[in-house]
Amino acid sequence: MSTESLRIVWIYPDLLSTYGDRGNALILARRARQRGMPVEVLEVRSDQRLPATADIYLVGGGEDGPQALGAQRLIADGGLHRAVAQGSVVFGVCAGYQLLGTSFFAKGVQCRGLELLDLQSDRGPSRAVGELAGEIDPRLGLPALTGFENHGGRTHLGPEVAPLARITAGVGNDGSTEGAWRGKLLGTYSHGPALARNPALADLLLRWATGAHQLPPLDDTWSDRLRSERRTAVAAARA
Amino acid sequence: MPLRAKVASSVSRTAAALSRAAGRGDGSVIGGWIGLKIDPDLLAHLSAGRAIALVSGTNGKTTTTRLAAAAVGVLGRVATNSFGANMPSGHTSALAKAGSTPYAVLEVDEHYLAQVLEATEPHVVALLNLSRDQLDRAKEVAMMAQLWRAALVRHTDVRVVANADDPMVVWAATPPADPAHGINPPHVTWFSAGQRWHDDSWVCPECGSTIQRSGDQWWCTGCALRRPEPQWVVEDEGVLDPTGAWHKVSLQLPGKVNLGNAATALAVAAEFGVRPVDAVSRLGIVTSVAGRYAQVDKDGRNIRLLLAKNPASWLEAFDMADEAPTLLAINARDPDGLDTSWLFDVDFAPLRGRQVLITGDRAYDLAVRLDVNDVSFQHVRTFDDAIRSVPPGRLEVIANYTAFQDIRAELDRVN
Repeated sequence: MSTESLRIVWIYPDLLSTYGDRGNALILARRARQRGMPVEVLEVRSDQRLPATADIYLVGGGEDGPQALGAQRLIADGGLHRAVAQGSVVFGVCAGYQLLGTSFFAKGVQCRGLELLDLQSDRGPSRAVGELAGEIDPRLGLPALTGFENHGGRTHLGPEVAPLARITAGVGNDGSTEGAWRGKLLGTYSHGPALARNPALADLLLRWATGAHQLPPLDDTWSDRLRSERRTAVAAARA
Repeated sequence: MPLRAKVASSVSRTAAALSRAAGRGDGSVIGGWIGLKIDPDLLAHLSAGRAIALVSGTNGKTTTTRLAAAAVGVLGRVATNSFGANMPSGHTSALAKAGSTPYAVLEVDEHYLAQVLEATEPHVVALLNLSRDQLDRAKEVAMMAQLWRAALVRHTDVRVVANADDPMVVWAATPPADPAHGINPPHVTWFSAGQRWHDDSWVCPECGSTIQRSGDQWWCTGCALRRPEPQWVVEDEGVLDPTGAWHKVSLQLPGKVNLGNAATALAVAAEFGVRPVDAVSRLGIVTSVAGRYAQVDKDGRNIRLLLAKNPASWLEAFDMADEAPTLLAINARDPDGLDTSWLFDVDFAPLRGRQVLITGDRAYDLAVRLDVNDVSFQHVRTFDDAIRSVPPGRLEVIANYTAFQDIRAELDRVN
């Protein structure tokens, strides 16, 4: 960690917070505090400079206009690139995932991305709306991904990144893979408060940020029940 | 009315009566749906000869419609879709059922505003607010504002009553003028109903710059869009009218949000020539609206029903609810939206220290949210379990759409 407390930056909540994105900051902060880590959550608006020394950066979802504007301002600011060079963790969701790539489609044109992940996104034939599930890359050692997706994009991964998961329900990147990761950067189409349904993924981000190989377990009764209920619902919808 | 419209209107009323008799529903949609199948222009035919007000927005439209209908009622009979059936089939049913009336006040789903403007040629349209709601199928907020704006450009003779506190509404209500082509902006009367929820209007819909706020004021940092001076304003327990006269408003409905709805209703009625001093006492006769705010006594508990469908309306519900045991019920069926992510846009902290019960199809999503929010709670399977779990006295029930209807059904479809 960069200082005594774990610093979490929520990037541009004024632009990139379409639906419950705040949840990811709340969940990370709570799970860190429950392990006795002091936490500082910074909400950095798009007219402010991005600090380059935080441990975890969160980039949320957004409509086309705010997504394009957010990417422009992040490129001009340069803080996120400096943070990544220093080994910070980045978690991108939906529009926030797309803009970490080389380019994405918004407002009728292909827009330049941050080029932090080797992927590019364009418009798909139809909007992907519904439950999303997948088996996560075994190297990450996590249980299955569960979430809700709502996006019109399709994402094509380059050789420098690995898919986060193999799709078992929903569309994700292209109907076969979902999300992407490289080093300590990770993105997903599981939108909004993706970590609410995936507490193990939250802990992975915390382990990356702290360098801890293991974190003390927490009482996840309610998220376990939620995960199991969603798994049953997805299976029932497929049957 | 053409013969085809007469037949359609009569069949529509019969179907609605059958639906109610069969216990299948309020009959507020099915009749209109059948009528429109027989005569696709039925809504236009039923609207002809009436002075009509439309009320649209994300939140408060059912209640504001009810209040505005009460206010316009000073002048004569008013047709209205008071069960919240707010799509063209519901409007058709309401007008067919009411028979001939000089006035109508219709609640309109925000997605259908353009279509209903076209069909009904209203005298007034009231624009309340726009915020995130059921994003898995609804239009995103900026897109909805754009649709409203495009619709108003085609109806520049309609009088607009709009919320000065919501930047998205202000932008939608002020389309650019094009006098060379005979397009003049619509006449707008502004009201201030307050806006507790700001998270969908930080970015200017006109130029993409940041919107700044200070007190009641807001302005775009990059263009001329800013809060217009409102003519109707909520002040203390009453409403200031455009002449500067203050009218005490005594409502049976709770919360500051309903004072704002009352101000809107008075502004709408004023567009028909109703003086606020004549209308204000009529607002107090509205007790509950399609079950919203209804109070039911059962097993020694005084149960009050509050509907909260999206983050903005949850904030309003917490403002209205008493410090009492509270049941939260969440579903995610089609009418609710299938996505529960919005739960993380709501800060449930006001409920800390109260006895909180949770239920509904998606109670586990809510459980995870409350856990993160440090709100302790107990999960119950049924509404009866909830009643048994709280002491005699007030039980506040806050539920989203279908969860609300489920509980309302348990209470014999209370209105």
